[in-house]
Formats: sequence, C-alpha cells, structure tokens
Amino acid sequence: MSHVVYAAEVPGNPWFTWDYVRDNSGDLRTALEQHVILTVETVAIGMLIAVPLALLAHRYRFFTGPILATTGILYTIPSLALFAFLAPYTGLTQRTVLIGLVMYALLILVRNILAGLDAVPPDVREAAEGMGYGRARMLWKVEMPIALPAVMAGVRVATVSTVALVTVGVVVGHGGLGGLILRGFQNNFYRAEIVTASVLTFALGLAFDLLLAAATWALTPWARRSSSGRGLRGRLRLRGPAEASAA
Amino acid sequence: MNLLGDALVWLNDPLNWQGKTGVPFLTYEHLYISFLAVLIAAVIAVPTALVLGHVGRGGGLTVVVSNVSRAIPTLALLTIFAATAIGFGNRATIIALAVFAVPPLLTNTYVGIREVDRDVVEAARGMGLSERSVLLRVELPLAVPLIAAGFRTAAVQVVATATLAALVGGGGLGRIITDGFGQQDRPQILAGGILVALLALLTEGALASVQRAVTPGRDRKRLLRGVRRGDPAEEAVPVS
Repeated sequence: MSHVVYAAEVPGNPWFTWDYVRDNSGDLRTALEQHVILTVETVAIGMLIAVPLALLAHRYRFFTGPILATTGILYTIPSLALFAFLAPYTGLTQRTVLIGLVMYALLILVRNILAGLDAVPPDVREAAEGMGYGRARMLWKVEMPIALPAVMAGVRVATVSTVALVTVGVVVGHGGLGGLILRGFQNNFYRAEIVTASVLTFALGLAFDLLLAAATWALTPWARRSSSGRGLRGRLRLRGPAEASAA
Repeated sequence: MNLLGDALVWLNDPLNWQGKTGVPFLTYEHLYISFLAVLIAAVIAVPTALVLGHVGRGGGLTVVVSNVSRAIPTLALLTIFAATAIGFGNRATIIALAVFAVPPLLTNTYVGIREVDRDVVEAARGMGLSERSVLLRVELPLAVPLIAAGFRTAAVQVVATATLAALVGGGGLGRIITDGFGQQDRPQILAGGILVALLALLTEGALASVQRAVTPGRDRKRLLRGVRRGDPAEEAVPVS
C-alpha cells in the first residue's frame, strides 16, 4: 500500500495536461475509433435482433413473458461475468465484447420497441384496418411512426449505456478508451491518462445522445407540431421523470 | 476438454474456498462493499428526494442526474477515485459505487412521493397535519413501494458493478475472474463468472421478494412487472 500514498503525493502527476494529449494523440485516436465502432456495431446488431423479437412479442402475446424474462436475466448478469462466460469460447477478441454488449442492449431496445407498439391506440389501428391496410402496411405506415419516439428513446439509452460499458471490454483487451483508463491506472496512477480517457468516454456518450436526440427531432415532425407548450427542452428530452424510474 | 466440467472442478476444489482469496471471504467482501455503498447512497439520496418530492421541485434534476450518470463509465470513476488520495482498495470502491446507487434511489423516491394522490395530501393538510407530518406520515408510507423498487435497482446494480473493482485492485468476487484472466486460467474465469452471475441473480431475487412484501396488492402487478405500458426507457439504469 505504501506506493499508493507515494503516488497520491508525488508532484508532477497532474489530472490533466495538453502535453499528454499531444504525445498520445495516436493512442487516443485508435482507442476512440475502437470505442465508436464497438458502440455503433452493438446498437445496429442489437436493433436487428430486437425489432423482430419485439414484433414477435407484440403479435403473439404468448412470447412476451419469455422474451422479456430472458433479456431481463441477461441484463442482470454483471458485464465482467458475461465476458467471463464468453471469453473461454470466443477468445480475447473484439467479437467477445460485441456479443456481450449486444446482449445488454437487447433488453432496453426490446422493451422500448414493445412499449412503443403497445402505445398505438386501438382506434387508430381499427381506422387503418377499415381503410384496408394490411399487416405489413399497418406496421410500416401506422404502428412504426407512432412507436418511433419510444423506440428512439430506447436507442438513446442503449447507446449511452453501451458507450460506458465498452470500457469493461478492457478485460479481454478490447475496451476502447477503457484500455487507456486501465493503462493509466497500471502505469503508476498516470492521472492525465485516466482523466483524459474518462472524459472522452463521457463526452462520446453525450455526443451520441445529442445526435440521436436531433435525429428523433428530425424524424418526428408531427410531434413537434402537436407539442404545444413544450419548448426546446421538451423536444430534446423525450423522457419524463416518471418514465426514468426503474421498477 | 470440457471447459464447464473444469470450472466445476475448480469450484469443488477446497483450496479455492479457504483464506483471503477463497470464495466465502470474497463473497463476504463483495456484499460488505455493496451494502455500504447502497447505505451511503441512501443516506444522501432518499432525504433529498423526499424533500424535493414534497415541495414538488427538482423533477428536472432527477432526470438530469440519472441521464448523466448513465454516461459515466463505472470503470472511469473507480479508477479516478483509486488515483486520488483515497488510494485504491475497498474505500475507493465503496465511494464510486455509492455515486452510481444515487440516481435510482433519487428518481424512485422522488417519483414515489410525487405519485401520491394529491387529494390524500390535501386531506392530511386539512386535518391540520404539519408539513413535516404530511411528508413523514402520509407521503412517505404511500411511497414505500416505489422506494423499495429504487433500493432493488440500486442494490442489484451495485452488486453487479462491484465486480469491476477487481480491475483496479479492489476486492470482491470479481477477483476470481480478473485473476483468471491474468493467469489465462480458463476454468477459473468461467467459475468466477458463474459465482458472480449467481450472486447477482440471488440479490435480484431476494430484493424482488422484499419489494413484493412491501407493495400492496393493488400496485403489485404494475410495479413488479418490468414494463409499465407506455413508459419507454423504464429500466433506464446504467449497467455495470
């Protein structure tokens, strides 16, 4: 323990320096790229799996319980344990991290897509049926647009969570900026490295969130028009306090 | 090679159940860290949310806190605290985990108080109860089911997240996994994963029953089923 005290008291270990950023710009860029790629891949693959699952659960109520329970159990398993399950089979690869992250994103995505589809008012559906809409057209033209805000809220939460979670991938050697956080820790508490990588991760999450908020805004022009009384704040932040509460 | 079989052999080895690196001690350490973290978070978050909920202010704050905390990587906070004068070890872990336990407790307590029927609160005021009594004797008891939900989310998350402490020199069951990775011991990695997953699922199960016990029948289905219809991003908690 003595070297801990030493590390904390040693002068010249600042929390942030531009020198660090300049000298390690290559490493930072590589880590950031890996981080972005892993995040985008996770959410994209997550959506490819979550959409059919949610549609299945929406169409056939029989599947709702099992699908939500399975994704819920996956979500409860700690990330390190999940990587521990996967790594012996898939190796110390980026794929291991990707599979684990997709499993986590699934719960958030499936829940939100399902909640969005369930929020479609029955009379709207009936009206569409009366107008002769078939199942596919109904889904594409009626249900999906109405579900879109909830779906996008899910994508935002899943994306931000994934950005934070990628760091744990460091345990199998592919943690994006997490690799630099841990390297800084192991490199005798190299504070500048730890803080720079941490702040970058945080900023990346926020950047993704803002980007997706803007995308939601652009994709749902009807919500903008009908949201009388809600300012820019309301438009950008689709989730209210009650919805953020966890049950 | 049957990997799962080897993991079971590892779990059956009496040597792995002894001393400071044995399963019982690490489990105890894991739960001890988690308990203190949730306790500290509760001491900070619950009274704050009770007051905010009572006066009806700060709804935006709870949303911002939970959204921002989602973007903070647990690993980053664990590492940053370990690099301060606190030093690495269980103390830094407990503080870092407490930070992540605050948002679910804050949000659920706040929403719990806000969701209390306004008529009930007005009736209590009309009966001459002081504001303090309205909060402690009317609103708080009615908010217990949601507060319990907050504790469950916070505790499950902390138990899961405590695993990461092992990456930065902390204790707990995560040690078995990180040591396994360090030694390229695949059976040990898998055995550690099984233990950690088991502990997380047991915690979830135990706290779900506690939550059920303090939730009256009328609300049970709504609060215990993961999804509340029409509420997107219901379980919007950061994952470990």
